Amino acid sequence: MIGLVVVSHSSKAAEGICEIAAQMAGGATIEPAGGDGEGGIGTSAPRIQDAIETVDDGDGVVILVDLGSAVMNAELAIEMAETESDVVIADAPVLEGALNGAVEASNTKATVESVVEKAEDAREYHKVN
Amino acid sequence: MSDEEQREAVLMAIDRVATRMQDEKSHLTDLDSAIGDADHGANLARGFTAAAEAVEGSEDDVDEIVKKIGVTLISKVGGASGPLYGGSIMSASQTLSEEGLTAETSIAFAEAYLEKVLDRGGARVGSKTMVDALTPAVHTYKKSIEVDELPPVTALAKAVAAAERGVAFTVPIRAEKGRASFLGWRSVGHQDPGATSTLFIMQELLATAEKFTEGETDVDALAPSEPDVDPDDDGGDE
Repeated sequence: MIGLVVVSHSSKAAEGICEIAAQMAGGATIEPAGGDGEGGIGTSAPRIQDAIETVDDGDGVVILVDLGSAVMNAELAIEMAETESDVVIADAPVLEGALNGAVEASNTKATVESVVEKAEDAREYHKVN
Repeated sequence: MSDEEQREAVLMAIDRVATRMQDEKSHLTDLDSAIGDADHGANLARGFTAAAEAVEGSEDDVDEIVKKIGVTLISKVGGASGPLYGGSIMSASQTLSEEGLTAETSIAFAEAYLEKVLDRGGARVGSKTMVDALTPAVHTYKKSIEVDELPPVTALAKAVAAAERGVAFTVPIRAEKGRASFLGWRSVGHQDPGATSTLFIMQELLATAEKFTEGETDVDALAPSEPDVDPDDDGGDE
């Protein structure tokens, strides 16, 4: 099964986004990696690396990120992670992308590519009109 | 330098950088509070101090020591500075793995570090970032050794002078990357904290190199070691 990691500057935001996504997609493996690892606002490559290794069962991992350093730390975490699986950052809004990605990932036929594609579909969403 | 001297030099360098970052903590934080999130001084001081402690008394080869410095920075420095400083040091440490620290490998290290910063951060010269100090410094260092055949410490002194000009260049330009870019035109007139801390690191590397190697260090980055042809000279004999 494809694993998901949600990276946010706030650990509460990352946990909350995982809660919302998990409610829609029972059975998806989704792990929050928020905050700087020391209780503050920020992102942490070792924390993201741990989350990747937690959700990785060999099929691949898709990462959703919020802003700025989240992308750089996620890239670095991918380089540091001890895995043979594909690990990819989706270029998508973090909440809507996580939700879409989790729904797709709960499908047993999902691949890294299909989860990234569904997550990135969320870029086109309009909320009003 | 012998293996022992190389190790001693790297350990002295990280100690000096850690001390400098502690000394400059409030200065860097002031710069960052003007155009960023006011955490640069505290982040780098915490990270480099932890890195110096992590390798204190190490008996490892220099590439392993440098790698450990990078890894410690990644885990202890928050925000984008962790990947940019720590990740780039970790990645560039591979250039020292076979021959240790030589004039050639120091150029390779500098180039690998710059390349990683460019790749990771996506900034270019003129984005008002550390790249504005780092790029002229790395180019000047490489040219001074490879073309002008200057001693590495002299090349490093020229690189520091080039980085100083790069830091000054960040003041009157508009930020394109990082938090400062959200300020748009209001970022103009402020010195970039990342370029500034990059200069501080280089100054400490130079101070360390002066203790271990010999060469002129009172040099100007803009002065060619072999003067270019005088543009006013028409080549005539009269």
